[in-house]
Amino acid sequence: MATTYGWLVLAFPLLGTLVTAFGFRHLPGRSAGWIGTGAIFLAFLAALGALISLQGHAPEHRQLVSSLWSYASTAGIDAQMSILVDPLSVFMILVVSGVSTLIHLYSISYMEKDRGFVRYFSYLNFFVFSMLLLVLAGNFLLLIVGWAFVGAASYLLISFWYRRTTATKAGIKAFVINVVGDAGLVLGTYFIFKHTGTLDLLKSFHAVESPAHPAFGHGTNNGDLVAGCVLLLVGAFAKSAQIPLHTWLPDAMEGPTPVSSLIHAATMVTAGVYLIARMHPLFERAPAAQDVGAVIGAATLLIAGTIGLAQTDIKRVIAYSTMSQIGYMIMGVSVGAYAAGLFHLMTHAFFKALLFMAAGSLIGAMGGEQSLERMGGFRKALPFTYVCFIIGGLALSGIPPFSGFFSKDEILLVTGERGGWHWILYVAGYVGALLTAIYTFRMIFRAFHGEPVAEARELEGGHLHHAEVPRNPATGEAEDTDVGFPGPVHAIAERALPMRIAMGLLALGAVGAGLIQIPKVDFVIDDFLRPSFATASGYEPHTKTGLLVIGLTLGTLIGLAGIALAYRIWVTRPGMSEAIRLRTRPLYELFVNKWYFDELTDLLVVRPAAAAGAFARDTFERVFVDDTLIGGTTGIVRAGSAAVRAAQSGFVRYYAALLVLGVTGVGFYFLLQA
Amino acid sequence: MSIAWYLAVSAIVFSLGALGVMTRRNPLVVLLCLELMLNGGNLALIAFSRMWGNGDGQILAIVVMTVAACEVCIGLGMIVAIYRRQLPIDVDELRELQG
Amino acid sequence: MSSVLFFLAAIGVISGAVGVVVLRNPFFSVLALVAHLVSLAVLFLLLRAEFVAAVQVVVYAGAVMVLYVFVVAYVGGESDSIGERLRSYNGSAGGSGSVGSALRLGGAILGGALLVELLIALLGTGLEATSGYGAGYVPGPKTYGTPAYIGNLLLTRFLLVFELASFLLLIAAVGGVVLARRRGGIGEADEHETFVPLDALRPRGTGTTAEGVGARRQPS
Repeated sequence: MATTYGWLVLAFPLLGTLVTAFGFRHLPGRSAGWIGTGAIFLAFLAALGALISLQGHAPEHRQLVSSLWSYASTAGIDAQMSILVDPLSVFMILVVSGVSTLIHLYSISYMEKDRGFVRYFSYLNFFVFSMLLLVLAGNFLLLIVGWAFVGAASYLLISFWYRRTTATKAGIKAFVINVVGDAGLVLGTYFIFKHTGTLDLLKSFHAVESPAHPAFGHGTNNGDLVAGCVLLLVGAFAKSAQIPLHTWLPDAMEGPTPVSSLIHAATMVTAGVYLIARMHPLFERAPAAQDVGAVIGAATLLIAGTIGLAQTDIKRVIAYSTMSQIGYMIMGVSVGAYAAGLFHLMTHAFFKALLFMAAGSLIGAMGGEQSLERMGGFRKALPFTYVCFIIGGLALSGIPPFSGFFSKDEILLVTGERGGWHWILYVAGYVGALLTAIYTFRMIFRAFHGEPVAEARELEGGHLHHAEVPRNPATGEAEDTDVGFPGPVHAIAERALPMRIAMGLLALGAVGAGLIQIPKVDFVIDDFLRPSFATASGYEPHTKTGLLVIGLTLGTLIGLAGIALAYRIWVTRPGMSEAIRLRTRPLYELFVNKWYFDELTDLLVVRPAAAAGAFARDTFERVFVDDTLIGGTTGIVRAGSAAVRAAQSGFVRYYAALLVLGVTGVGFYFLLQA
Repeated sequence: MSIAWYLAVSAIVFSLGALGVMTRRNPLVVLLCLELMLNGGNLALIAFSRMWGNGDGQILAIVVMTVAACEVCIGLGMIVAIYRRQLPIDVDELRELQG
Repeated sequence: MSSVLFFLAAIGVISGAVGVVVLRNPFFSVLALVAHLVSLAVLFLLLRAEFVAAVQVVVYAGAVMVLYVFVVAYVGGESDSIGERLRSYNGSAGGSGSVGSALRLGGAILGGALLVELLIALLGTGLEATSGYGAGYVPGPKTYGTPAYIGNLLLTRFLLVFELASFLLLIAAVGGVVLARRRGGIGEADEHETFVPLDALRPRGTGTTAEGVGARRQPS
């Protein structure tokens, strides 16, 4: 029964995609939006059904596989179309479908006047389908398929406003980096398949964990296993925007805000976290890979935090914040804090999606402008949005009793418990928390406090600002509002009910979700996910109470300190941020230029590849392919046809002569025969 | 005379006709040479008919004559049409259908 | 006796054929062909094909050649001889140049080759029957070679062939008329071509370029 719900979860968004895509011309008005939202809502209900029916099984039997058909069983490869319904996947589909429903609802108002409305919902449904496929996949092959689809959907949605060059370039960048990750994923799968001999997830894990004949030997850090896990990590890093494959995420903000909210905050970027959690039997036997993951996660956490301090585009600030928080999650699942990492995934989905939605509302009030430097004093004009920002910001900064506090600190607790050199990660985590609080509230204070800007005054007067000439927020070039560009009217939460409902529900989640996993009090997530991690070592929390108290209070204090610092710099002492910037000039340059990762990638990867391509084009391609293969073939054909054409001279007598020649020849042949 | 002589004459006439077709430039003469070839064939047919003793060859010879007549009709019609258009009456000149 | 007649007729046939191929003036070629045809009829007679011989003279020499004479008289055509062309002839009239000359030489060679081959085939393969005389002479109303005999065959065994041949004649006749009819040239008007009754109501020159240009009122 649970697996039937699993298939339904996949079927509804797919149906939504097909209906909106093929009924493109026939759907009246804005019904495509409601169809899309309805499809995802039905998927959410099916996910709830899966949850309920799964809990009806005994804990040991909560890993159910269901296969629709087997589409290849050759050469030892068992490729089935099978899904795995277990607590981990049910958790993920609940989060994904739940947040997606709300984002679809939000999009109905946000994209209302966009000419590409139907196309948007078709793509968005396709994305949700792909993500659900990814998390429900029961074997490596389907996982890779879902992974690739998600990358494709991300490309389609990032370059949704396709007449903007910046958007299309960003889409390509995201896709290319994702493909690097795909390659890592596939190669990693190969390494694992080599030893386990099966593509099915559960069978693979059994083979690895089997006490009698473990697939990778009895020790840890088998070479192939480490290689496979590191390659899986490459895939995870590309999808989750960790260093060094993170450069696509800030550029991905070119997509519409709900897209950023869904894909680049709540769901797609968490695919890497899911991957590591799902593959935990493999990672547990390759501690080297786990360490790589933890270190990269911690590094990303810090670096992204510092960059977020210096960014001026509001969406990019939130993007770097996402990157940083995903770093927490990656770090968490890499050190064995599976429940904590996934819990943070859930709470992060809530408050990050909320922040993006609120940012969308703010951008709408600014008439499409996204730069923090031009915003200010919207507190009176956008009260609801302001409250949402505050809630999201507090949750993000880890202030109790908001959800972010419980989830983030739990990760850090488990990290600290691991001991050894993980203390460095523990400290890094708290430094990151401080940075988080600072840049989050920098953003909020700059946008909502201080002197109201012109757009804010207009809104207070009751009139929503529209730019006379629509402009690209990044480059400032003028554009129009036809298909391929954003529509003429921007929506704000205060005026659109669907947006308010969505944001309100997310705000409730951001506030209250922490209550289900209060340390030492209730362990809802822990208990729920335990069957998935039955073989994981260190799953049970055994935090020493002392460390727990220290951790919680430290987290709270750091969060409050960050807020206070931000308040001082940006509210009470207006010139202070300028002064600090001037004094820490080199550091500031480093942060504003995103630690020069783009330039580094360009130098190390793009230029050599372009040079290799140019070289190949000039030598190999030109000589061999063009001249020999193509030129040769056409030359032969041309020469042959010229030779044949010569026979069509037009001389009748020539033809007659040929006839006679033919007759003579035939006669000669028969003469010889006789 | 045995049949072989007639066949020899037939072969000579046929080859002469073929030579003429390949060599002459005036389409009228080409058609005439074509007639020669047909006649050579006719002679061979009649000779063989005599050899076998049944009339099949003669019937075929009559049919060949019929066909020759039709073909002459059409051929001459074409030459007249060409002449009417003031085109040169020369097979070497009339070669628009070349490739 | 029959041998003498054979040789006379054979000489006539061959010289007629040579004449057709070699003679310069097309008219003389036609006359040579007539001679050839008559001699061939004699050969047919020697082979006991009376009816065919008669048909040959009446139809072939009588009708087809007359047609040829008419056309040759009308069209004429330039006179060229085979000998002239067999030699290499740069810049010969007609522009075929070396191609034409090469063709002629090649043609001659091919013709010779064909002859040799045919002779070998017909005579050298040891067909015993060809060294015979064929069917003997049996006089009678419906014996071999008589019109009755041919007619009988045409209407029984070869009925389909007979009908098809007549059909072919019909087609050829129609085709000949179509090919050689007088058509309108550049200077002649199209008004005679298709006459729709409505044309009578339309003004003269409707649909012509003159009308389009605006010079409608023009003398026919």
